[in-house]
Formats: sequence, structure tokens, C-alpha cells
Amino acid sequence: MALLKSNKVIYCLGNVSPSLGVLSTRHSSWWGGVQMGPPDPILGVTEAFKRDTNPKKMNLGVGAYRDDQGKPFVLSCVRKAEALIAAKQLDKEYLPIGGLGEFTKACAQLALGADNEVLKSGRSITVQTISGTGSLRIGANFLSRFHGGPRDVYLPKPSWGNHTPIFRDAGMQLKAYRYYDPSTCGFDFKGALDDISKIPEQSVILLHACAHNPTGVDPKPEQWKEIADLVKKRNLLVFFDMAYQGFASGDIDRDAWSVRYFIEQGHNIVLSQSFAKNMGLYGERVGGFTVVCNDADEAKRVESQLKILIRPIYSNPPMNGARIATTILNTPDLRSLWLEEVHGMANRIIKMREQLVAGLKKEGSTHNWQHVIDQIGMFCFTGLKPEQVERLTKEFSVYMTKDGRISMAGVSSGNVGYLAHGIHAVTK
Amino acid sequence: MSVFCEVPQAAPVAVFKLTQDFNNDPFLKKVNLGVGAYRTDEGQPWVLPVVKKVEKIIVHDDRLNHEYLPILGLPEFRSAASKIALGDDSPAILENRVGAVQCLGGTGALKMGAEFLRRFYNGNNNTKTPVYVSAPTWENHNAVFANAGFEDVRPYKYWDAEKRGLDLAGFLGDLESCPEHSIFVLHACAHNPTGTDPTQEQWELIAEVMMRRKLFVFFDSAYQGFASGSLEKDAWAVRYFVSMGFEMFCAQSFSKNFGLYNERVGNLTVVARDADNLKRVLSQMEKIVRTTWSNPPAQGARIVATTLNSPELFIEWKDNVKTMADRVLLMREQLKAKLQALGTPGTWDHITEQIGMFSFTGLNPKQVEYMVKEKHIYLMASGRINMCGLTTKNIDYVAESIHEAVTTVQ
Repeated sequence: MALLKSNKVIYCLGNVSPSLGVLSTRHSSWWGGVQMGPPDPILGVTEAFKRDTNPKKMNLGVGAYRDDQGKPFVLSCVRKAEALIAAKQLDKEYLPIGGLGEFTKACAQLALGADNEVLKSGRSITVQTISGTGSLRIGANFLSRFHGGPRDVYLPKPSWGNHTPIFRDAGMQLKAYRYYDPSTCGFDFKGALDDISKIPEQSVILLHACAHNPTGVDPKPEQWKEIADLVKKRNLLVFFDMAYQGFASGDIDRDAWSVRYFIEQGHNIVLSQSFAKNMGLYGERVGGFTVVCNDADEAKRVESQLKILIRPIYSNPPMNGARIATTILNTPDLRSLWLEEVHGMANRIIKMREQLVAGLKKEGSTHNWQHVIDQIGMFCFTGLKPEQVERLTKEFSVYMTKDGRISMAGVSSGNVGYLAHGIHAVTK
Repeated sequence: MSVFCEVPQAAPVAVFKLTQDFNNDPFLKKVNLGVGAYRTDEGQPWVLPVVKKVEKIIVHDDRLNHEYLPILGLPEFRSAASKIALGDDSPAILENRVGAVQCLGGTGALKMGAEFLRRFYNGNNNTKTPVYVSAPTWENHNAVFANAGFEDVRPYKYWDAEKRGLDLAGFLGDLESCPEHSIFVLHACAHNPTGTDPTQEQWELIAEVMMRRKLFVFFDSAYQGFASGSLEKDAWAVRYFVSMGFEMFCAQSFSKNFGLYNERVGNLTVVARDADNLKRVLSQMEKIVRTTWSNPPAQGARIVATTLNSPELFIEWKDNVKTMADRVLLMREQLKAKLQALGTPGTWDHITEQIGMFSFTGLNPKQVEYMVKEKHIYLMASGRINMCGLTTKNIDYVAESIHEAVTTVQ
């Protein structure tokens, strides 16, 4: 008995006296071999920004909208919706695994258009997800389990940094197709078509529906048409990521054009949607994942399998944000207000782009900054090189990611001049 | 040709199908004793008064917005939640070796813990480490660990159907004979579905074997406060294991004890050897969170944090919790009394000896089918009933129906 107890004695003593802990060092912690994880590159920017004491500092890292005073913006339609919801005194019973029915319906209608044949025929299924990340993850898991084609997911080069680990953790493999042309700071259309034409049949291709992250470079409609055509020829499975509907051009239908066009052309797409940016519901985690199927029966089968995937991850999704989004989408005057506010956010961004370019010209920059205006959405791929980014951060306290991406949302009429000054200083 | 034409129809999740069938049933005296959610004596969902109060505070606070929470969640939620499980004065907390990950409900906390263990426990990416779950257990435990990549999810003996109690010898036997370093999922209190918990002495025996055989402790705590009405009492097992020096995980749910089911409020409490180990563990948890949901939902965590961190609201909450626990205890007493009064064959002491929301009645599948089809009383095929579904108005009907089932159906 004494021997059985002695293990525990040494185990505890090991904490007090290392020499006595020889027998227990192997067991001193389960986690001795766990390495420190690298800091998230984007969130790391915000950490560094917070530590900086320069009063002129600017945070152009993370993509969350800011108003012209640099403050987070809670949309009026959101506040109004919250008041309506509070008055209803609803219960807090579990949502179905696939989420709030009214939400998934409204979410699909927003993306596809209310009169879309797909919705009328019931040949799609939309589940509520944990914002865009959760949607991509469920989608990736679904493809990993049920897609009979190659394991490869083709991402545009570059893409949102989190796409890669999401698909990888789900068991897929990542490849890329050319997308961004650094020499023009624009779309490498020829390169994209060239690469896509070589993608093995039945592979998965991920497309950013609008406001490409991180470049802000979107194909034009005529280019989308050619891409859709080629993708069909190659028989690829299209995975659309739409995180900025309404936020890009200010018009929700215009921003969803590529998604609707592909469906019209007969692609049975899968689609991730986020309401983090366009409704400012970031922390409430509101999103949707849609699978367009051949018919209603297939949609039912797919739905049943999506539920089987969701249940062992988080059982069912959170109510609050979905309830707010639904109330906005389904209450006519709130919906109008929302469209106005989304338009307002997009317009402010567009204005900042124009003011930045004007500012650079005023500073005497001789570079071509047209891409700053041509790019769309929250982000701008400035074309700055890592050394220039480093100088911009060190000398001017302007925080951004190493790839030269800036979040235009962090620019305001009060600091756009300073930003122009800094960019000019490191690029002249 | 569709890429998904081969996708088979999956079976529905049993407990939700039960509620669906109940909802579709037009029978006036129908009773839902299926899914585990609290009901008032009027058979209605109950939003805790303290929750209503706090929600008002939140909606009127103009300083609050909907910005992203940190990846690991709301800091004041995480620390308050861990304190609830471990105790304010927990030495482990004072030693800075307790951390937490805010997750989507208890399920999310189990998921994060499982994903972490698969990657980093007992070697790297070790999918072969056995994961033991009680026989029976909450049906989703199997899927959570299997989906996290564990290839070997096995039952450990727990419920003795004959004596309708804990099979301690079987449990200890499995602990002694399992491979070293196996992971064990333990129910902190109010075992789901049996309602049967080890006594304190029994927990001590379990802990001794687990320590000696280097088994990993993963607590699932979904009913703290709800079981006995006392937060401290319901956390006894978790705190005992911490005091024994285990490094462990505890998945906490605030769905039941806060009635916040659909806001998905959960917390994975991590107790590590020291602050340095804790730091590295949390840094890796962040990576797992980032590819699953990026950061957790704010609303529910805010409600819980506000409540737990305010002395008055905290007292009010404990009171609300006791209200729920007391009603369940009353229903247990009354059901047992009525079955005894009816002279229903068998002993019914287990109804009051079991604890928490659920009771393993002992009804066999045929008897359960009788209850559902003939009496429109919906319960799980295992014979599990949710005591919260009982009210002073339906308890006679339920008792009589059980009597019929036991006496007429073999």
C-alpha cells in the first residue's frame, strides 16, 4: 500500500523539490511538449497598436468598420431591432440544429434574390452558422466527408489567411490559382484563366463573391462570365465566400451578382455568408451556409448530413444575432434603414479611397495610385513592400499587415492626410 | 450529375425528433418528458428573472457594441465561470494555473477540449488514445470525441440496471484495467441520463485509481447548481480532483443553470501544472478556435459575466437556480409517492435518490413505446425522463400511465 501511495508523494514533491521529482519529471505536466503557438498575424497588429503611445497612431489592421471618428459603429437598424426583440419577451429555448428557420430563409433570399428559382423549387438548403468562419468550416467538413472528387481546394492567390487552416483542419488540401497581379495592383485575369484551365475536374474552387480579401480586387462582370464558363468546362465545384454583401458597392444585389450569375448558369454552388460586416454584428456570430442541390430530395438529404456535422461541434447556433438579422431583413422599414446604412458605410470607404489618392497627389507622389480607387470593399492592397510597411509602422505608428494590406475602415477624414503623408514618405 | 447525389439521408437526432413528434401530436393531455430543458409548473420555458434584468441593463448600455470578442472569449466571463466551478479561493486559481476558453455551450467546450487532446495529449496527433465515456452517457459524447479524430471511444461501466444504481465495482475495474493515459469523461454531477452520481467516498476511490494509473480527467459539468440547489455541493467532485493535483479539463455549460440554452454559453476550464504550461496550452487553443468559429458569441457571455460579477445579481441568480432545483426535487418526491400509492410493482426509491434533471425510470423499450404511442407521453427509448416536464397538473396522468405500462406491458 505504501508503494502505491509513494507515487503520489513524489508526484507532489516534484513541484517543491526538482531533485526529488526525478521519477515524476516525465509526468510533471501533460503539456511539457506543447509549443507556444504563433500569435495571429492580424490580431498581433492590434496588440502592437494598443501598446503604442503615439497620439497620431492608426490601426489599419483588422477588418472591422469604424465611423469617421474612428469608433465602432452600431447600426441604428440593429438598435431598433434589439428594442423590438426585447419587447417581445421571447424564451431562450434551443434553436434547431440548423438554426432559426426565419433566419435561414431570409439569409438565402438575401444572397440569391427572393424570386430565385432555386428557392422556389426548394432545391437548396441553408443552415445558420457561427458567422463566416463557422460557415466555411461546416462547408469544409461537409466537402471532406461527402465530396467524391479530389481533396484539393483551390484558393485565389492571395486569399484570407484563415481559409487555409480551416480547410486543412477539415482534411482538405490547399492549392492556388493566380489572382492578384502585383505589377498592376489589379486582377491577373489571364493568369487566373490559365491556372483554372489546368485544375483537375471535380476539384473545389473557392471564389470571393465580392470585395476580395485581402486585395480588394474583384473581377468585372464580363470577366466573371468567362470564369463561370471555364469553371463549367472544367466541371469544378464552386465554393463562394461572401462576407461583404452590400459592403462592397453599397448595393446588395450588385454585390451578389456573381453568385446569382453562376447559379443561373447551372452551377450548383456552395455558399458561405457573413453578417459580421454588413450588419455590424461581428461578435454575435451570424452567418449562413448554403448548398444548392439538384432537387428538393437531395437538399433534404444534404440537410440531414449537415445537422450530423454540426451537432458534435456546438449542438445548435446562438440566437441573439440571428434574431436581430431576421428582424431587420423581415421588417420593411428596418430593412430600408439597413440598406441606407450599408450604403453609407460603403460610401464612406469609397470617399476615403478618393481622399487618400488626392492626399498622395498633394504630397507630391509620382506613383500611380489608381488601384486604391479601383479596389473595392474594406481592404486595400497598397502595393507597399514589407520594408516600407515596417517603416510606416516604426516611423509613423501606422499599423497594418506585412503584405501591404490596409483596412480602409480605419481611415477617417481626420487622419487620411497623415496617412498620405506617411505613405509618401516611405515610397518616394 | 450532382456531386451530392450519393449523399444518404442521415437519421435524425433522437431527442430532437422526440420533441418534433410531441409538437405534432394533437392529443390534449400529451406530456413531453424528452429534451432536457427546464419547465415551470405551467409547463412553460422560464427565462430567469435575473437574466431579464441583466438583458435590460445590456440593451440600454450605450457603451456596449457588437465588436468581436477575443478569440478565447470575454475575459470577465472566463474567469468568473472558472471561479464558479473551482471556487473563489481555489488554490489552483491563486497559483495562476487555471485558464479558460469561452465556447459555444457545453458541447463547444467538450469539442475544444477533445480537439486539443487529440493534437497534444499522450504524444502528438494521437488518435489512438482510448476515450472512455460512461455506459450510458449523453449521446453526443461519442460523436464529439469521434469527430475530433479519436478512433477508440469506449464505454466504462457505470449504470447497474439490476440494482438501479452505480456499478462502482465495474467502474473501478475499468479504471484499473484500461490502458494507461486513457481519457475519461466524468459527469461532475447530475449524471445524464441516469441521475446517479458517485458519493464523495466513491469519488475519492475513483480519483485514487485515476491518479495512480495516469488517466486524464475530463469533467463535463452541465448542471452545476441545478442538481442539489447548491453550487458548492454540485462542484464537490471537480474541486476534489483539483485538490488532488490533477491537470484536467472541465467543460461547463450555462444552458441549464442560467436558462440560456439558445445563447450557447459554455466555458472550458483548464487546470494546468503551472502558469507556463497554461500559457502554451491556451495559445494552442486559440489556433483551434480560430479555424472552428474564430471567436465566440458575445450576448450570453455578457449576461453571465454581468451576473456573476455583481454581488446582488449573483445572489439573485443563486436564488433563481434554487427555485428550479427545488421544483425538480418536489416533482421527484411526488412522483415516487404517487407510484407507491398506486402500488406500482417494483421499488421507486431511485426516483428520489437520483439527482438533477433526469431520471432513469427503468422502463424497458416496449413500455416506453406504450407510453409514447398509447399515452402520448414522450420519453427517450432508454427510459429516461426529464423531471422538468412534470407539473402538478400532469403528474397524476404520468404516474397512472407508468403504472399501466409496468403492469400491462412486459
